[in-house]
Amino acid sequence: METFALLKKLTEAPGPTGNESGIAAVVEELWRPFVDQIVADRAGSLAGIKYGSGPDERPRPSILLAAHQDELGLMVSHIIEYDGNGFLRVLGLGGVDRRQLLGQVAVVHGLRPLTGVLGVLPDSYLPAKKRGQSVTWDDLVLDVGLPFDQLRTLVSVGDFVTFRQPLRQLQNGRVTGKALDNRASITAVTICLEQLQGRQHLWDVVAVATSQEEETYLGAYTSAYSRRPDAAIVIDVTHAKGPGANESELNELGGGPVLDIGVNVHPGLYKALRDAAKAIEMTVQTGVHGRASGTDAYAVQVSREGIPTGLVSIPLRYMHTMVETADLVDIERTGRLLAEVIARLDDTFLSGIKEELMRPRNNAKPMKD
Amino acid sequence: MNDLIRTLVEAYGPSGSEDRVRDLIRPMVEPFVDETIVDAMGNLIAIKRASGKATSPLKVMIAAHMDEIGVMVSHITEKGFLRFTNIGGVFPHTLSGGRVRFADGTVGVIGSDALEDMGSIHPLNKYFIDVGATSRENCPVRVGDAAHFDRSFEARGRHLTAKSMDDRIGCAIAIEALRQLPDVTDHDLYFVFSVQEEVGTRGAEVAANRILPDISIALDVTRTGDVPESRPMDVRLGGGPAIKVRDSGMIAHPGLVRLMRRRAEEAGITYQLEVLEHGTTDARSMQLAGPGSAAGCISIPCRYIHTPSETVDVEDVTGCVDLLVAMLSKGIEL
Amino acid sequence: MNDLLKQLTEAVGVSGDENDIRLLIRDLIVDHVDEWSVDTMGNLLATKRGTGQYDLRVFVDAHMDEVGLIITDIDSNGMLKFTTVGGFDDRTLLGKVVQVGPNRVTGVIGARAVHLLKSGEMSKVVRGDAMRIDIGAKSKESAGNQVSIGDRAAFVTEYEELEGGRVAIGKAFDNRAGCAALIELLRGDRYPFDLVAAFTVQEEVGLRGAKVAAAGTRPDVALVLECTPAYDQPKENDVSPNVALGKGVSVYVMDARTIQDPRLVAHLMASADAHDIPYQVRQPGGGGTNTGAIQRAGIGIPAATLAVPGRYAHMPSMMISLDDYENMIRMADVALRNLTPDILRRE
Repeated sequence: METFALLKKLTEAPGPTGNESGIAAVVEELWRPFVDQIVADRAGSLAGIKYGSGPDERPRPSILLAAHQDELGLMVSHIIEYDGNGFLRVLGLGGVDRRQLLGQVAVVHGLRPLTGVLGVLPDSYLPAKKRGQSVTWDDLVLDVGLPFDQLRTLVSVGDFVTFRQPLRQLQNGRVTGKALDNRASITAVTICLEQLQGRQHLWDVVAVATSQEEETYLGAYTSAYSRRPDAAIVIDVTHAKGPGANESELNELGGGPVLDIGVNVHPGLYKALRDAAKAIEMTVQTGVHGRASGTDAYAVQVSREGIPTGLVSIPLRYMHTMVETADLVDIERTGRLLAEVIARLDDTFLSGIKEELMRPRNNAKPMKD
Repeated sequence: MNDLIRTLVEAYGPSGSEDRVRDLIRPMVEPFVDETIVDAMGNLIAIKRASGKATSPLKVMIAAHMDEIGVMVSHITEKGFLRFTNIGGVFPHTLSGGRVRFADGTVGVIGSDALEDMGSIHPLNKYFIDVGATSRENCPVRVGDAAHFDRSFEARGRHLTAKSMDDRIGCAIAIEALRQLPDVTDHDLYFVFSVQEEVGTRGAEVAANRILPDISIALDVTRTGDVPESRPMDVRLGGGPAIKVRDSGMIAHPGLVRLMRRRAEEAGITYQLEVLEHGTTDARSMQLAGPGSAAGCISIPCRYIHTPSETVDVEDVTGCVDLLVAMLSKGIEL
Repeated sequence: MNDLLKQLTEAVGVSGDENDIRLLIRDLIVDHVDEWSVDTMGNLLATKRGTGQYDLRVFVDAHMDEVGLIITDIDSNGMLKFTTVGGFDDRTLLGKVVQVGPNRVTGVIGARAVHLLKSGEMSKVVRGDAMRIDIGAKSKESAGNQVSIGDRAAFVTEYEELEGGRVAIGKAFDNRAGCAALIELLRGDRYPFDLVAAFTVQEEVGLRGAKVAAAGTRPDVALVLECTPAYDQPKENDVSPNVALGKGVSVYVMDARTIQDPRLVAHLMASADAHDIPYQVRQPGGGGTNTGAIQRAGIGIPAATLAVPGRYAHMPSMMISLDDYENMIRMADVALRNLTPDILRRE
């Protein structure tokens, strides 16, 4: 499938953190032709397993590709009556930027899906102490236009809300919509699986669309535990340079996949990704994290007895808004890079990356004052 | 049931010192289970195995925490007053004039440094405990000693008030459900009376790592929005058990929420749905353990949580017992 | 001069890139252990078999990583942009010398000279993200020849023993003091049980290494050796002192991550009492050690913590008392030699 169409299908599917069944069904449909086995688990993750061509007699090593499928959403916290009309109060699921929600169209998944608008009173109608500030959850309403009595029969406290935002094309192959975090990465994994159809790879590939990354990394913790891979690559988005985000260490939209260095990353996996990019002459960028990476890599790395983990990120502007913006080229390159790194995995890979931990890192002569 | 609740809530058991609560509960549950284990952290795990005829028993973990909030002595002044730190969520505005009791029975009164401004309260480190000592030397407690808040149980009609409803009421519900459950059940039931919930759901984490449950249900209190000028919250005292949909640490398994609602409706139990903005329960740890479990929580609506006068409604409590029994006495399919 | 402390504190091992300190410790212990391995996170795990008296596996942890910096970008003028690895007070960074990357390139963290400050600037804290490391490069290219993005940088501080010989200064006593103590234990006689020495990684970024080390080795009981911040500088009268330098080994009861196993705490104190080893209860409250991760690994591991008090933690020069350090080795040793499975029995 053409990348825009693939990404459109994925970003428009509903899958708020904690209730990923909608997006999981789409992922399953897209991956099924490319994998040997599909496993859905209790934690809400979906795994597609493609067997390697290595010998069957001993367990084949496996690599986990983890990309979270959940998206930001809202949850109904109150149903309020005002003058006979019904209004919904909501709370964010994941790190929703509530400043950017006013006028946004959303769907509440009650007994049946109901479309509504997120709104707020004009600033001048708020009590004086609330004026001149960004909107709070206490003042925001989701209005589906129904009388209270009818609303109450269709919607319960705890119902999930997703945003409605079709994926749109901008200039120069750039696209904008909701949930590019992290459906852009699911798209890249899908491209990788498709590319692997025509290539030999010794290792089993376990592609997992994980759940609840935006809240607790639930799917990453549990998938890494139950799949027990020998190595893992986490695919997520990272901040690209753009309005209000000019820090020099941020990466360029369209500049290629970002390979991460930092505490959640095994240096051997970083090297493997870099070597693979070099082999196919792909432009890549570098990301650095000093503490937690804020991705599934944080969870996968410390699962069981530790899993060597790499992190590839796709540059994204306006993260956690309904106008997340990415460049299709970065997504396609990420897919190709993953296929390349997987095709290069062999019997010596694990011992090779172990050596990275035992390589002296002091090339200097003793320091003198 | 009030006698059971009184016994449990008046027991001493700040996080890390749950031994006495465990010693109370263990003999109460032993007649109804096949095996009990006390693990390395002090969790009491009571196992009721599925009937031999059960075709595909699941492992169901039910957790209620034994520990309560409290204080720990961090410094003894030259004049014998105690400075202290919190064990769990202790809020300064609940302290002045309160009393604490140490493991050996020593009672202390909580005072605070002089307030410079009556409009604002002190941080925790400006409070102290007076145990009647006049010097470091004659002070009966040591740095590192723990104490709990001292307050007796009161039954006030439907309302029950005590210091550690959070979460001895959950323990009481678990014990009562064990008494009421049929002899044979479809699933392996692991009733865990957990430790150290108030300091980060730690006990349930290691218990869940041992059990690796398929289904997890926490029994814990939740706040209400039914008192004057409270933060909005669509749960009230007397509205029945609250089926948790989410809190700030966990989103309940949607299938388990649906099943709880169905079982409540079948049994004619009035229930509420809970969306909690701040706070979490042992369900978080159980959901994340191992390959992950389908986790949820039956919450007991409770006013004045983390004060010495935590208040629940007795009919909510029996509703929680009924709902738990309804969940556990039938097959669970998500 | 304590050569072991000197070697260990002067080695580099910023969280996530502990290669050099790992290799150094491996060389120091290899003749005193029966086997050693390195896991995928980089934890160095060594087993010293016991006499066979008890069927018990005892895990002794000392984290080997230190706080430091990581290079995030190189400016067009060759200055290095960085972020911190582990907890830092921004006030400690200005005017410090660092060594950057595998080439151990010397750099300085400078700022506008005092003469050039504007009114009020003296009292403001300069934020870390406004600082740069200057290695003397004139361009992005020349800096790039010496340093790569992602390189770690560590402070440059020589180990010294001060007047009187009982107080030492150096970098990274947190936790090379613990590492040194654990090495000394390995150099001693066998214990009545198998001892698993874990030199762990990534403590400073959230107890990450110890989590997998404990999960992988599944010990029965654990002891963590640490260096805990001592705030015993002059301050208001009669406020809580946390721990004090030179007043003995600090014993943890509770911190933000852990309530220590009360049976082990009692055993540690009783062992010290029996041998007249001075100790102090570390003030309960904030902070956290690897005990927090180890205690909750797998099905739960009873764990406790001993620490050397250290002033000026997470700064380029820390200070410890060598008496406290030596007492921690003695206290850990006698407590381990007297440890029996009965101590952990509950019923």
